[in-house]
Amino acid sequence: MSFISYLINGLSLGSVYAIIALGYTMVYGIAKMLNFAHGDIIMVGAYIALMSMTQAGLPPFAAVLAAVVGCTVLGVLIERIAYKPLRNASSSLAVLITAIGVSYLLQNLALLIFGANTQTFSSVIEWKGVTLADGAMSISGVTIVTIVVCIIIMAVLVTFVQKSKPGQAMRAVSEDKGAAQLMGINVNGTIALTFAIGSALAAVAGVLLCSAYPSLTPYTGAMPGIKAFVAAVFGGIGSIQGAFIGGLLLGIIEILGRAYISSQMADALVFAVLIIVLLVKPTGILGKQIQEKV
Amino acid sequence: MRDRMKKIKNMNKNTKSNLITYGIVIVAFLVMQTLISTGSISSLLEGLMVPLCIYIILAVSLNLVVGILGELSLGHAGFMCAGAFSSAFFSKCMKDVIENGTLRFILALLIGIAVAAVFGIIIGIPVLRLKGDYLAIVTLAFGEIIKNLVNVVFIGKDANGFHFSTKDVMDLNMELDGEVIVNGPQGITGTPQDSTFFIGVVLILITLFIVINLVNSRDGRAIMAIRDNRIAAESVGINITKYKLMAFTISAALAGGAGVLYAHNLSTLTANTNNFGYNMSINILVFVVLGGIGNIRGSMIAAVILTLLPEMLRGLSDYRMLIYAIVLILMMLFNWAPKSIEWREKYLSFGKKKKEAVK
Repeated sequence: MSFISYLINGLSLGSVYAIIALGYTMVYGIAKMLNFAHGDIIMVGAYIALMSMTQAGLPPFAAVLAAVVGCTVLGVLIERIAYKPLRNASSSLAVLITAIGVSYLLQNLALLIFGANTQTFSSVIEWKGVTLADGAMSISGVTIVTIVVCIIIMAVLVTFVQKSKPGQAMRAVSEDKGAAQLMGINVNGTIALTFAIGSALAAVAGVLLCSAYPSLTPYTGAMPGIKAFVAAVFGGIGSIQGAFIGGLLLGIIEILGRAYISSQMADALVFAVLIIVLLVKPTGILGKQIQEKV
Repeated sequence: MRDRMKKIKNMNKNTKSNLITYGIVIVAFLVMQTLISTGSISSLLEGLMVPLCIYIILAVSLNLVVGILGELSLGHAGFMCAGAFSSAFFSKCMKDVIENGTLRFILALLIGIAVAAVFGIIIGIPVLRLKGDYLAIVTLAFGEIIKNLVNVVFIGKDANGFHFSTKDVMDLNMELDGEVIVNGPQGITGTPQDSTFFIGVVLILITLFIVINLVNSRDGRAIMAIRDNRIAAESVGINITKYKLMAFTISAALAGGAGVLYAHNLSTLTANTNNFGYNMSINILVFVVLGGIGNIRGSMIAAVILTLLPEMLRGLSDYRMLIYAIVLILMMLFNWAPKSIEWREKYLSFGKKKKEAVK
């Protein structure tokens, strides 16, 4: 019985990773950059939601909405100010370091505004959850909601990217920026849209993460951000389905590893699995193998 | 005398530039040493000297992988960690056996470097098969694994020899007189503090000597050929794996040396995200990129400026890291944005030299 409940907890944590990884993978697919500040947007989203609930007294639903809107604006702003000028820089490392700078900036801003103290996050989900098998196993409401939200997001996103016009534009830009521009696609707009979607997802992930693990500090986003990055690479960076699979697997491995092997070694285990996967399949589970031309 | 002048005049441009690099280090050392001995700088700044040496060594060694080999490594702190813990372990065990501090430190240094190099080879063989961002994430993963492993290791010593555990101190089953050497998350305490500013500078010079000579050697040119065009390099018979591994291992070994310096500068050695985790690896990468990828002197200068900057802003207390972040972003935009480069070429003379593309 405990195995099943670990598995469900793993799925829930994995769902959060998957939602964050979606943001990573979309931004990577389209801008070919590792957005190291993505993890900190999660933290900002969680703070906005918390402040809306405690300070402004908004109901949970409105608080989540505020977090999503806030993070979307923030994501687009960051892209416009810090990343866009470096899009055609001679080294791809330049924008990576700038992203690290943005990450420091967000962390230290949060530190100044909210202080270093851990704040207790009140869950946005009031539902207590279900009890199965005569009380032998209980699943919390947060867990169920997280998994469901992740599946919905995933389905909507795949449909959006495959079927809608802006989604097609995204795929075109990620394939070939120059050609897309010649076909009349607004490349800057498409990239901004990608950042907006990624940041909105990060806000959702932040709220869900802090509802499940209710302690919030300015550094809350860093580790989940790295893990989600691993998940995105795991599944094949640039692939939406890959990020989903990678996130879920990572969450399950982490929770099972923590339960059965060693709680301190869980992170090492996650990274070890990543290494093994990449050595067997160097572009991740669903990654495309690109043939190098001479 | 005239001959000598002639020699200097005919000297290769590269050699001259390299001598300037060594010169800067030596002059900086002499100036700082004078300031310290006359007591004209604060003890805070004085305490910063050894960390500064550590950062410079790390930045120069990472530049070998990022700038010369052209691969992004995010696990550099992991090698530093390996060097730090192995050498601290050695020093603590030998504290009473080898009385001579210098000799003990040199042995510890060799051990730290060797262990880091072994880690470099073990990690390099699988990692270097990957490309680009995949390589980066796997180096990050290895760095985190090294840090995590160090945190669960318990080693103790008593009359019966060494005891090893991955659980806790009780699990070591030691005699009563046993001494815990590596105490899991609490790390190693009581390492002899053998690191000095002088040793740090000597290590910097050795690091520079190794890296600069490698870059200007046949092997170094092979490594740069791989960076510039892997397929072309392969087609003229350069052994890709060998040279990649060479650069990676040397870089790891030098980082191990920095780790030894780090371990012997503090009385307590623990592994956390900020000293041996990805935060540290990223910090070193920031030095390398800001100083100019592939530019050895640049990474040294960037390491110094970025280490001193938060200290100089200390008066602003809470705002200092915020300012640090903003300065970092602005410097990156100013240095790398195509628009800014264009503007600098137009209005400023020092922007005339075009940056060489690495990727």
